[in-house]
Amino acid sequence: MRTIKDINAKIKRGEAVVVTVEEVIELVKAKGVRKVAQEVDVVTTGTFGPMCSSGAYFNIGHSKPRIKIGGGTCTLNEIPAYTGFAAVDIYLGATAIPDDDPRNKIYPGEFKYGGGHVIHDLVAGKSVKLEATAYGTDCYPRKKLSTHIHLKDLNEAVLFNIRNCYQNYNVAVNLSDKPIYTYMGMLKPHMGNANYCSAGQLSPLLKDPHYKTIGIGTKIFLGGGVGYVAWQGTQHNPMVTRKPNGIPQAPAGTIAVIGDLKQMKPDWLVGVSMLGYGVTLTVGIGVPIPVLNEEVLQYAAAKDDEIYAQVIDYSEAYPQVIPGSLTEVNYAQLKTGKISVKGKEIPTGNISSYPKAREIATTLKNWIAKGDFLLTEAVAPLPGVESGYTFKPLKESPSIS
Amino acid sequence: MVIKKKIVLHFPHRQIDQPIVYHLVKDYDLQFNILKASITPEEEGLMVLEVTGKKEQYDLGIKYLEECGIRIEPLSRDVTRNDEKCVQCGVCVPICPTGALSVDLETRQINFENSKCIACELCVKICPPRAMEVRF
Repeated sequence: MRTIKDINAKIKRGEAVVVTVEEVIELVKAKGVRKVAQEVDVVTTGTFGPMCSSGAYFNIGHSKPRIKIGGGTCTLNEIPAYTGFAAVDIYLGATAIPDDDPRNKIYPGEFKYGGGHVIHDLVAGKSVKLEATAYGTDCYPRKKLSTHIHLKDLNEAVLFNIRNCYQNYNVAVNLSDKPIYTYMGMLKPHMGNANYCSAGQLSPLLKDPHYKTIGIGTKIFLGGGVGYVAWQGTQHNPMVTRKPNGIPQAPAGTIAVIGDLKQMKPDWLVGVSMLGYGVTLTVGIGVPIPVLNEEVLQYAAAKDDEIYAQVIDYSEAYPQVIPGSLTEVNYAQLKTGKISVKGKEIPTGNISSYPKAREIATTLKNWIAKGDFLLTEAVAPLPGVESGYTFKPLKESPSIS
Repeated sequence: MVIKKKIVLHFPHRQIDQPIVYHLVKDYDLQFNILKASITPEEEGLMVLEVTGKKEQYDLGIKYLEECGIRIEPLSRDVTRNDEKCVQCGVCVPICPTGALSVDLETRQINFENSKCIACELCVKICPPRAMEVRF
């Protein structure tokens, strides 16, 4: 029907028809897939949720005299960064916490500040304290460094998230008789609440279930700026069971993403604290879906009531890796504010922000419509259903085998 | 006219052994719910009450409390939402026991209605960006 080249030509001429997922759903209801596929060039998606496998690498520049932080230690606002690179390259992970954080010693731990918060503060233009120690060499004699850094002064500052944007996620409940504190939030006993974490019909990978357009090299909205899909994300798991409409019924595909942190915005990279669990980074991602044909549009127009997730017990089944789901619900049901599990009505809460996801899809739509954002061809596909690519548990070997 | 109000009482340590709540019931015929009490000997005490009763009796009861040296504030000032920090996720909604936090089913925005809040503070620590703030 059309190629990405055709679409980009239209974007440059200011003639591309770009709509958000919510808009395309309404259009398809009114006119049908065939007609809308002829009219619409791009559908924009969005998601804004906590994504723990996020982080950023920095090259801080060389001090005088030189210091080799590689193999030494480095903290940013007291949050430890990874130093196992060359002299002044460091990587800060979203879930890193200060060495003296009480963690869960006072249960549930509050986890007030960590790597995710540092990334937010840097993007917000705040000064961050860097402290480093080194062992000293003939060529890098300095052993200590204590300074304040600003994002704009660093050589490279790159957000590089090794797993983001989960294609679908679990709905978490607690079957036990005491409250539990999880990465899915606080779960009240006896299924007092059910927490989910997806933008549902707006979520990027749910709108391209077989990765027909999203691949390595896809240009995306990342943290309020521009980024790219770098690879499949860790734990990418395309072979989970799917509905006849192709949409996975459990957490499936993921993407690794990369982009220049200096052009990102603090509103779209927010450090957050999960009570009793830890800190993380809430990341905003939006992916444009080029309407190459009717099939792509059909997938992109899937509605909340066509997307199903599994209700999992996080008191026992999840921690003990006991397979099985209590039931299956769709996102339209989750969004009513209550679901029914084992005959009990349970109030629902989302950890992922639907209004922010909508704002991302709308922002990306405006960028494309104005000609500020061209689409890219994927340079390689993400492993799909036929790939045999799976997500394996750890093979524990206490002794050498 | 019967009214129902939520109030925060701050009282000095010399007052914490006085049976004030008893007097509210006996002398002014007021019903009350203790929503929260934090009393440390030798320090200021704090009590959050929901008081129900006739308007004139309520006013007299408040006057009595003030005469006892107790500082009274409306509860609605206690838990506030920092809208700059709130990311509109909604993880707080099923935790809130009174429905003060709710989802607008049309916009999916999270509403916070001060008037329904009993300042239980359950939302404060479970809010991922820590947007719910307590002010005394």
